[in-house]
Amino acid sequence: MQAPAEASLHRSLRLAAIGTLAGLFSGLFGVGGGAVMVPLLVLWLGYEEHAATATSLAAIIFIAGFAALTQGLYGNVHVLDAVLIGVPAVGGVLIGTWLQQRLPARTVSLLFAAVLALSAVELIVR
Amino acid sequence: MTGAIAIGLAGGVIAGLLGVGGGVLFVPGLVIFLGLDQHQAEATSLLAIIPVAIAGTYMQERYGNVRNGDALLLGLLSLAGAAGGVALANALSGRVLRDAFACLLLVVAVQFVRRALASGAGPTAAAAAVDSPGRENR
Repeated sequence: MQAPAEASLHRSLRLAAIGTLAGLFSGLFGVGGGAVMVPLLVLWLGYEEHAATATSLAAIIFIAGFAALTQGLYGNVHVLDAVLIGVPAVGGVLIGTWLQQRLPARTVSLLFAAVLALSAVELIVR
Repeated sequence: MTGAIAIGLAGGVIAGLLGVGGGVLFVPGLVIFLGLDQHQAEATSLLAIIPVAIAGTYMQERYGNVRNGDALLLGLLSLAGAAGGVALANALSGRVLRDAFACLLLVVAVQFVRRALASGAGPTAAAAAVDSPGRENR
């Protein structure tokens, strides 16, 4: 059996590893980093899925905030576009959550996959 | 301006529907429809994600799902990684970064196809979301 202090250190080290990986992923690709955090919180820290998603959302506020700030130093952030996207997106999330109860998952997932694949092709041939 | 609002709304709806983050749609939307280069699109997406994450956290706090201490630690311990990721992105050419991002989109697309095939025809998105692990918040 591990001493409590040692167990707590292990836990902190795992959180540090997850945070660092999520930060790298977020900074490199301009996304939140939830794709990295959620599965690792489940696998390494025994999180249940809802808690992993919720906790990763809260961490994303810091990660995206700091990554955006750093990108700002490079002069890459278009602040007006970000506001015009970010604020309506909050309303969109509410609509999406409402729709979630009413649409078949399979259709939505396949449509989304198609949109992503088309976007990928468009980015590559661009 | 209308284009940006449309990208925000669409990204938000998808985030609410499928539990993915808005970033995977914001970045290509900004490049394809608003003509930003890959670096600008990623940087702008990061800022646009913040209100979505704040609203989502607020709702999840009400359900008691957020482990605040861990979230704070994760956030603070991610800062070096985030700075490194941004520096790496800016060290790469727009072309390389865009192709790498396109690969990321394809990986996410394949995961959603697999999820769809695993979920069968019947259940709503909500039911499938409960059933299928590894879905959230990409």
